[in-house]
Amino acid sequence: MKTVTMLVNGRPEKLTLEPHRTLLDVLREDLGLTGAKRGCEAGECGACTVILNGRPVNSCLVLAVELDGAEVLTIEGLGGPASLDPLQQSFVDNFALQCGYCTPGMILMGKALLARNPHPSEDEVKEYISGNLCRCTGYENIVKAIMAVAAGGERIG
Amino acid sequence: MAEHRVIGKSVLRQDAVDKVTGAARFVDDIQFGPTLLHVKILRSPHPHARIISVDTAAAEKVPGVKAIVTGRDCRQHVGLYLADRTVYATDRVRFVGEPVAGVAADTVLAASEAVSLIKVEYEPLPGVFDPVSGALGKEVLVHDAPAASDLWWQGLSCITTKTPGTILHEHLGEYTCAPFIHPVPGTNISNHFKLRKGDIAQGFAAADVIVENVFTLPHIQHSQIEPHVAVANVDRSGKVTVWASSQSPNAVRKLIATAFELPMSKIRVITPYVGGGFGGKAGLTCEALVVPLALRLPGYHVKLALTREEVFQGTFVRQGLVARLKTGADKNGRLVAMEAELFWDGGAYTEYGVNITRSGGYCSSGPYEIPNIKTDSYCVYTNHPVGGPMRGFGMPEIHWGIEQQMDILAEKLGRDPLAFRRQNALREGSLAAFGGPMRGATLVDTIDAVAAKSGWGGPKPPASAPHKVRGRGIACMYKAPSMPANAQSSAILKINEDGTVHVLTTAMEIGQGSLTALGQIAAEELGVSADMVTVNLPDTDYTPYEWQTVASRISYSAGNAVLAAARDAKAQLLAVAAQVLDIPAADLVIEDGQIFARANPARKLAVSDVAMGYLLPEGAIGGPVIGRGSFIPAGITGLDKETGQGDCPAPFWTYGTQVADIELDTGTGEITVHKVTAAYEVGKVINPAMCKGQVQGGIVQGLGSALYEHLVLSEGQFRNSDFVDYKIPTATDTPEMDIILLETSPQADGPFGAKGIAEPTMVPTAPAIANAVYDATGVRILDLPLSAEKVLAALKQKQTREG
Repeated sequence: MKTVTMLVNGRPEKLTLEPHRTLLDVLREDLGLTGAKRGCEAGECGACTVILNGRPVNSCLVLAVELDGAEVLTIEGLGGPASLDPLQQSFVDNFALQCGYCTPGMILMGKALLARNPHPSEDEVKEYISGNLCRCTGYENIVKAIMAVAAGGERIG
Repeated sequence: MAEHRVIGKSVLRQDAVDKVTGAARFVDDIQFGPTLLHVKILRSPHPHARIISVDTAAAEKVPGVKAIVTGRDCRQHVGLYLADRTVYATDRVRFVGEPVAGVAADTVLAASEAVSLIKVEYEPLPGVFDPVSGALGKEVLVHDAPAASDLWWQGLSCITTKTPGTILHEHLGEYTCAPFIHPVPGTNISNHFKLRKGDIAQGFAAADVIVENVFTLPHIQHSQIEPHVAVANVDRSGKVTVWASSQSPNAVRKLIATAFELPMSKIRVITPYVGGGFGGKAGLTCEALVVPLALRLPGYHVKLALTREEVFQGTFVRQGLVARLKTGADKNGRLVAMEAELFWDGGAYTEYGVNITRSGGYCSSGPYEIPNIKTDSYCVYTNHPVGGPMRGFGMPEIHWGIEQQMDILAEKLGRDPLAFRRQNALREGSLAAFGGPMRGATLVDTIDAVAAKSGWGGPKPPASAPHKVRGRGIACMYKAPSMPANAQSSAILKINEDGTVHVLTTAMEIGQGSLTALGQIAAEELGVSADMVTVNLPDTDYTPYEWQTVASRISYSAGNAVLAAARDAKAQLLAVAAQVLDIPAADLVIEDGQIFARANPARKLAVSDVAMGYLLPEGAIGGPVIGRGSFIPAGITGLDKETGQGDCPAPFWTYGTQVADIELDTGTGEITVHKVTAAYEVGKVINPAMCKGQVQGGIVQGLGSALYEHLVLSEGQFRNSDFVDYKIPTATDTPEMDIILLETSPQADGPFGAKGIAEPTMVPTAPAIANAVYDATGVRILDLPLSAEKVLAALKQKQTREG
């Protein structure tokens, strides 16, 4: 067992953990943050994507004991029903979800892309989210939702 | 036509905000606290073996283990259409991955360790690994001197059974089955659907061109991103509660009741959001595995969360198919005869799959009028994973062959493939394969729409490199909901004190948008805005009966139930308002939640004023408004056992056409799908954005099945069971999609005229791409998928042939 402290959605969390547990386990089981989903537990589907120290990761592949001092952003920290992030709102407006299981990971991946590259091309969006599998939508509306926020940013800028 | 306020509008999804914030709860997200136990399943490593003994002594000693069950604990046979399986294997295993024992323990690790310590002694048996040998093994393969024409399957790469004559289910004749399923006891054929229309010999005699080909499809997997999860709890009173990622809460309840001999009133099935279904969470999948453990452990919550590998191996897969199609046309381009032999690889248990065989059989002409047809559609037991429903329920499979036959025939006749299809399309009153007259047959509308938008007949864009070639292909489709003639839906609609509305159904939101679409139907009929209506997720103790969320039937069937419930509630509201306003109910309307007479809109009441009844000076009238609606499709008839002929086996057919524009790299065989133009006639679009979303998702799923999806089985052993080795489309594979939704033939008994759309969307994609490959290269590939390797080999073969 090892005790680590990490900042999860801006809140310090002190956790005593067994060494085999993943960040996904800890988020879901210890912190009740179930927005990150289990899809394959092998880093193949992207449903568990969260932002770790500013970068998107498959949380099923990260051992939680290594995260002392880390900052984690999950979908719950991005925005709630009354304070949706513009990308969350764009997913709603563009019908960019169906079953919703890949959606939290997909949105966080989109956020990570826009943080690095505020004005991506459509091909750049497709390439960047290609590790996040969606079986329902055919991706078109997801790409549209991300592009809409990118374009919105351009207008504001 | 009446102007609609809510129907036909892209109302935002009811579940969208929950799903973008992480608030939406799936089964795996529910927290059960300290009573939670974890289940691991011991699965068969053999495709076919006798179980000699199961020894759980060592496993029971693992610290944290609470209970272990095996086939000894539940011997009852269950199944949706054919009761041919037990919850755990009893004395035989018939596929790799079949559950043999289940362990419930404090932790996943303890359960896994215990599973590894269960000792099972197996006696391996010879297996059946292809459906043709499986079906014909006894009669033909060991036949003394079969005619050469009877041996068409020889040389097919998928014919791999080494020991023909092996029988998988000796007790097939004793299994309970639906009256429209026809097992052949003593064989591996669990359903033989026969269709005989016209005179097949005369038909072929009248043909000027006859083409005969064998088409094959491998098993594929639904690959919902949410793996299946089931949790069971038995409380101290003996009440069983199951939380499941399921499309079929009522079917789960019924099959668990049968398996464990419990009254339905003692079983409650709760289904929160489901992370993708596509048929793979229909009927009973893994839900029953946890029940015998929970029955031994009252008070605990016993949870099974399948791994991705278990989803691939232990849940439904799409059946494989070997289809021999012989199709004839006369020199004027009329189809005159078709003979089809369809061998469905049903897998080890075909409790659900038998009905796919029936649908594939009675639709075996495709969306065309053919006067003479002979079809034999066989559901065949093999030692492969269990075949079950998957988006399209037999239609993607049969259209893979039919739609290539159309192109092959058209070429031989010197006809344009689109015009040839148009000439032979089922039209209003055409006699279908099953003999009955077709109603609302709108294939031609979809062909014309696609012809106009796809640039059909016009020049193709230039290839992007000298070693690449462009191709364009077309395919059509039709599909009916495949279900028992009396598949039911029901709804309860409650109006709250503030005029907001709750709709209760057991229709399942699996991503298709049923909550939103059903809410729109209720809102339109009641005269309130869509945001006033909330449709609840199923809980079988409280939500009324729904057969299953399958067959693209929810907007139609549950939609009709909701519409009836809304009408019922509206009549109650108006009856009270009529008394209060002293205006006849017939003169009153409800708009935006206000009840008034058109002639005098100033005198009005709000829905909330009368939702709980109304207090008049002389006393109270009315009462809390509860609308009630039930629906069962009228006029669905059976089909004759010997001829497959009947009047109307399904309530409607949805028609569609797709054109695929591809580019093929002649150096690697790789296909890029640049554009798909798709037209569907859906009667009435309830929500255009969601309807289009179904088409987008279906095209991309169809594209995956066309280009690379293939569950590779080698003598029953899985060779790919994860997303590294089994590829599904990613964002970079998405083509440009031009989607046309038509409303040319509103369904007479559909809510606001609606038919179904979810499944038809993926049906024509694979054959359209195959036809485009032929257009680009002159190479015709008859077996899916169109992998780069296969395409390249075919190109090389063609080069060698042509010198």
